Amino acid sequence: MSHDDLSEIEARVLALESLLVEKGLVTSEEVDQVVYRFEHDIGPLLGARVVARAWTDPKFKQRLLADGSAAIAELGIAIPDLHLEVVENLAGLHNLVVCTLCSCYPWFVLGLPPVWYKSAPYRSRAVLEPRAVLREFGVELPESTEVKVWDSSADLRYLVLPARPPGTEGWTEEELVAIVDRDSMIGTALPQVPDKVVP
Amino acid sequence: MNGVHDLGGQRGHGPILIEKHEPVFQTAWEGRVYALMGLARRRGLFNLDEMRRTIEGMAPAEYLRASYYERWLTALEKLVEEKSGWTGPEPPPPLARAEPLPRFKVRDKVRARNRHPRGHTRLPRYARGKQGVVELVHGPFLLPDLNAHGLGRRPEPVYTVRFTSQELWGDDGRAGESTSIDLWESYLVGTRFRT
Repeated sequence: MSHDDLSEIEARVLALESLLVEKGLVTSEEVDQVVYRFEHDIGPLLGARVVARAWTDPKFKQRLLADGSAAIAELGIAIPDLHLEVVENLAGLHNLVVCTLCSCYPWFVLGLPPVWYKSAPYRSRAVLEPRAVLREFGVELPESTEVKVWDSSADLRYLVLPARPPGTEGWTEEELVAIVDRDSMIGTALPQVPDKVVP
Repeated sequence: MNGVHDLGGQRGHGPILIEKHEPVFQTAWEGRVYALMGLARRRGLFNLDEMRRTIEGMAPAEYLRASYYERWLTALEKLVEEKSGWTGPEPPPPLARAEPLPRFKVRDKVRARNRHPRGHTRLPRYARGKQGVVELVHGPFLLPDLNAHGLGRRPEPVYTVRFTSQELWGDDGRAGESTSIDLWESYLVGTRFRT
C-alpha cells in the first residue's frame, strides 16, 4: 500500500470518527480505551491460563468442557452475548477452528485474530482439506488421527484444549502457561516443550 | 446471499501467509476502526447481523482486494449513511415469538436446506442439501436472516451439526475428517432416522 492510499484511508477514518463523535455515539477517549485494552489486556495469555488450569485441575477441566463460559468466569474472564465451547484434543483426535463466512473467533480468551485466520486462503480450505492446511502450519498428524473442523457460524466461539505434552509432568501451572501458544488453541499448532527448559 | 464472503470449499486463494509476532493492529487506523465498529454497535446504531450483511454486500472484487479492516471501514461508512435518521437508542422490538423448544435432539439426523436467499444467511453454501448429525443443542439465538434486515427478532434453537468430509465433498472427501457447523433450526429439516 502506498503512502497516498494510506493517508486516504486515515482521512476516511478520521471523518468517520468525527461524525460518530458529533452524533454523540462515541467519544475519542472511549476509542482510545478499546484500542488500549486489545493491545495490552486481552490476548492469548488469557486462553493459556485457561488451558494450564485445565491441565492441572481435572475438576476444572470437567466444568470447562461442560460449560466453557461458566468455567472461564471462575478465572474472571467475562463473555458478552456469546458462548464458549471448549473442544479437547485427545490421542487420535485433533480439533481445528475456522469461520468460513467471516472471522468469528474467541477474542475474549485469545485477543483479536491474526491476519491469516481472517484471510481467504485459510477460510476457504480449512473445511475442504484440513490436513493440507495443517501441514502449511508445520503440523503433520498421523493418518489414523481423526480431524474435526469447527466452522463457527453462530453465537458460539470455539477454543481448542490441546493435549498436555509429554515431558511436562510436575510442571507448575505458571510454567505450563508459557508453552501454550495462541495457535495451539486454534488448532493450527501443537504445544512444544522447549529443549532447554529444566523445570 | 451467495456472496464472495462464503469462502468454504473454494480453491485458488493461494498459500496461507503466516506472519510471526504480528502486531494486534497493523496500523493505528485499524484500531480506531475496530473500536468505532464495536462502540457504534453497542450503542444500538446497528446490530451484528446488519454489520455482516453490509460487509457481504461489497462487490466481490472489492471484497477480496480490501484488507480486513478496510472492509470494516467501508461497511461502517455504509451503515452510518443507512442509519442517518437514527436519533438515539430505542428499546429492542419484542421477540417475534416466544422462545421455542428445540425440535431436534443430539444424534438426530438432519439435512441442511438447499436454499439460495437474496438476503443474509449463516448457512454456508458448502453445507446446503447435505446430511449431518446433531452434536450439540444451543440457543435460542435470533435468526440472522431476519435480524440482518430489520425484519424481526425471531429466536430459534441452534444446533452444532456434524457433517462427514465425504458427505460435504463427495469423491474428494476423506475418511476421518468432518466439519461441524452451527445452524439455526429453520436451516434444517429432519430425516426419519437417528444414529
